[in-house]
Amino acid sequence: MEYIITFLDKNGLVFAFLVTGIIMYFSEGISKTLTRGKIPGSAISIFMGLVLAYFAGLETLGKKGIADIPGFSGFDQMGGPVFRDFAIVSTAMGASFAIIKKTGPIGVLSLFLGVIISFLSGVIIAYALGITDAESLTTIGAGACTFVVGPVTGTALGASSDIIAISIAAGVVKSILVTIGTPLIAPYIGLKTPQSAMIFGGLMGTTSGTAAGLAATDPKLVPYGAMTATFYTGLGCLMCPSVLYFVMRALF
Amino acid sequence: MLLRGVALLAACFVAGQILGETLGRLLGIQANVGGVGFAMLFLILSQNELEKRGLFHLEMGEGITFWSKMYIPIIVAMSSVQNVRVAFSNGLLALLAGIIPVIACLALMPLLSKLAPKE
Repeated sequence: MEYIITFLDKNGLVFAFLVTGIIMYFSEGISKTLTRGKIPGSAISIFMGLVLAYFAGLETLGKKGIADIPGFSGFDQMGGPVFRDFAIVSTAMGASFAIIKKTGPIGVLSLFLGVIISFLSGVIIAYALGITDAESLTTIGAGACTFVVGPVTGTALGASSDIIAISIAAGVVKSILVTIGTPLIAPYIGLKTPQSAMIFGGLMGTTSGTAAGLAATDPKLVPYGAMTATFYTGLGCLMCPSVLYFVMRALF
Repeated sequence: MLLRGVALLAACFVAGQILGETLGRLLGIQANVGGVGFAMLFLILSQNELEKRGLFHLEMGEGITFWSKMYIPIIVAMSSVQNVRVAFSNGLLALLAGIIPVIACLALMPLLSKLAPKE
């Protein structure tokens, strides 16, 4: 047994690819069978990751989730900031300023409002529940944008891992809520034209949630909403650990 | 060609992150100020520029697309190495910080739709 664990730790990154693949395979299955595709597999797999980290933490009393279990140390690499930031930057490919120009100033306004309002409401909730330092408040506010902006901001500002975990969880809750809620609320907010989908994507961000929610509303709207939502993550990663963090530092 | 795409992505990453770190130093804080955001901006700008000149090869795009498809798996791995045990005591915060912003933003939707020019 001993030599197998040594082997797995030595080849940690490859083993992490394998285990993540298995997690995602089962999550896709849960998504299709238990939720009839209503909750996207990606949101379930991220949630599964958090659940696994929770039980690993109970077992090992460590701080690094399943990376503390012998043999699973490669998760620290695969889920570390280097790969994460590299993959996030790559998602900007295909985004085109020409298309955002089509929505005109309203598209841009919805993007800025979406980031700022999500951030502020996240900060207010965190403050009301007893969090007082600027770094943690900013990280949770960023998590209220998306489950990506939260950890990117938290790492950049040096927030603690449990605060980063909260910011991811908040982003996942948001993604699931947008996925399920979009088709239900669409008739009431006039979500039926490409332009309204662009505004919606800009306000909500959370690309996976917006895309899945719009698909359930009207598949024709997906590319429009996803387009502005892509900019949302970029704008969030740009503003949260900078301008919005400075505001927090000035206030707290 | 494939690696040229990856290299372009890496160049944007390095430039953006160093800019973020430098900004942090200049502002006197121990933080990377918007590095990932700058890197994304660089990637969009350089891709648009290369496409305009007809220099953006399809295969270059594939080198970048691979990483954007790895994005969710990497996020899954990232969430599995967080200190969730300690965060769990603050589960209510995560729940509210996920729900309230959606409601706040939804409330703005009808107003923004009205402001939008008619198609």
